Amino acid sequence: MVSAARGSKRAAVSAPHHPKVHPNGAASSATFSYQQLREKARAIRRDILISITEAASGHPGGSLSETDILVALYYGVLRHDPQNPAWPDRDRFILSKGHACPGLYTVLAHRGYFPKADLSTFRKLGSHLQGHAKIGTPGVEMSSGSLGQGLSFGIGVALAGRLDKRPYRTYVLLGDGECDEGQVWEAAMAAAHYKVDTLTAIVDRNGVQNDRHTDEVMQLEPLAAKWRAFGWRVLEIDGHSFPALLRAYHQAQETSGQPTAIIARTVKGKGVSFMEGNPAFHGRAPTKEQLAQAMGELGFSGAEVAAAMKELGFPEAKIAEWTGPMK
Amino acid sequence: MVTRPTAVTREVFGQTLLALGKEDPNIVVVGGDLNISTFAHLFGREFPERFFDLGPAEQNMMSMAAGFAFSGKIPFANTFAVFGTGRPYDQIRVGIAQAGANVKILGSHSGISVGEDGVSAQAIEDIALMCALPGFNVIVPADGPETAQAVRVATRERGPFYIRVSRSATPVVHTDGYQFRLGKAETLRQGSDLTIIACGVMVAPALDAAESLARTGVQARVLNIATLQPLDKEAIQQAAQETGGIVTAEEHYINGGLGSMVASAVALGRPVPVEMVALHRYAESGTPAQLLSKYGLTATDVEQAARRVLGRKASSGGR
Repeated sequence: MVSAARGSKRAAVSAPHHPKVHPNGAASSATFSYQQLREKARAIRRDILISITEAASGHPGGSLSETDILVALYYGVLRHDPQNPAWPDRDRFILSKGHACPGLYTVLAHRGYFPKADLSTFRKLGSHLQGHAKIGTPGVEMSSGSLGQGLSFGIGVALAGRLDKRPYRTYVLLGDGECDEGQVWEAAMAAAHYKVDTLTAIVDRNGVQNDRHTDEVMQLEPLAAKWRAFGWRVLEIDGHSFPALLRAYHQAQETSGQPTAIIARTVKGKGVSFMEGNPAFHGRAPTKEQLAQAMGELGFSGAEVAAAMKELGFPEAKIAEWTGPMK
Repeated sequence: MVTRPTAVTREVFGQTLLALGKEDPNIVVVGGDLNISTFAHLFGREFPERFFDLGPAEQNMMSMAAGFAFSGKIPFANTFAVFGTGRPYDQIRVGIAQAGANVKILGSHSGISVGEDGVSAQAIEDIALMCALPGFNVIVPADGPETAQAVRVATRERGPFYIRVSRSATPVVHTDGYQFRLGKAETLRQGSDLTIIACGVMVAPALDAAESLARTGVQARVLNIATLQPLDKEAIQQAAQETGGIVTAEEHYINGGLGSMVASAVALGRPVPVEMVALHRYAESGTPAQLLSKYGLTATDVEQAARRVLGRKASSGGR
């Protein structure tokens, strides 16, 4: 384990061929310690749950399972500029499992793509934070909501970068249940055929899909062997370990001649006992009471949640009502 | 019937795409193992680095095209009309239409005139499918010259386009100097007794029918509506008002195609009798000419529909 207090070890986040500062001077080249990344992830899980509770609908399970994957990318890997989301050389992150957008929205807000207060408008009329991620929200690269399309989209993005000789890399996050979609395998074949080595697929292998556990719905295993057979380099890792995630992303960057699939073993609903591994919370919002319990399990006091809710734009009365029962 | 020169619209597409490729380095082409049939291989031969054959995997093709579009490219996705619309419809709906992606879809071998391949290959639902997507530009060129211009306009204008072309040689109805205007009906023949509105391969039979009618003293106006969406409702309503009756003619199923949309526009204005020449069921294998005849898509069918409109006009008191 790495201790932030000792500061003895920091996440090495700059790949050799990635300059620390990009041409317009705003690359995410700052390095964060593993402990800082874990703290970020904890705050992001908190805000995911608050925004879904406020929306009274949404997908907490996959948002919590993907959180560390996203935090590692957005705080440790991507060359991007939240003030300039259209920067042509930016690394691209494509959320293929668009129902897990609360995770993406919260990371983007924490990264400064748009105000954190927008998170309290999630799924509400007039909000840019749609029920499934859609082109138009700063930082959202693809319209999603129908599974199986993101990897194909990512191939197009990556090949455009190759044609234009731009240095960016393309990351696509898929759900494991999403791998039931035939299009995923059309794309897997095409990416290997065209040797799209700037493309990295991450499979959030949380083992649960909408109705039931993935292997009850459709046998996915041997999943790594499938990707390998389609011509991909495959890395199987603990998707909640920042050292493992960062190492895998860097291995992917160093891979040439073939795309890389990172199979990230995760826990659906990670961090909240009654959501973990529970299909019921794939697509259901917690109640206020469940939110209170979840906040406690994540280690937040009522006062800390109140401060977070204030930042997310909630009115005082609601903050008092929600956080009153919290310890 | 006049004898007109012919052109194969899919071949014109391929030649135009090749020419555009030389002008604009941002054009990329994705295909589904039918690039020789669509003549997109002409582009692929010249620009192999910008040409991606993805095999018959149309879902992947459409989402990849969207990825190219949002990375500054102008992607042309090309395949048969059946495989470029119905098969990857969800990818088109979410990734291209809803996202407003700058993707151009070329569907060749449309309608029953694809012929011997039979019903699975005969796209007679594609206009309805694509016009059900808000914001999608849908163009059904009447002939070679219009195809060339439509492909150029689709390249120049931002946003999603569907262009529908045919396998067989199509009579050329346009002369040199014709200017295609997106979203505008074109008056090919003046007339005041009724209006024949046609698209695609039915434009030439519509003109033939008008000439036949003229020999009996009936002056039919002929409108070519190449842009099915956005539809030129004004021109349709004006024609209804000025001529008092409408015949539509299309190589498509009767539901959701040109006839449906024209009837809707007419009903929203001042209603007049409307008759539709269109397909009423799935067809079968056969030569294009045999199929067009058996399934009611000839100049004679258009003329008979015109006579029905004239009869309905007379019985309703005319104007």
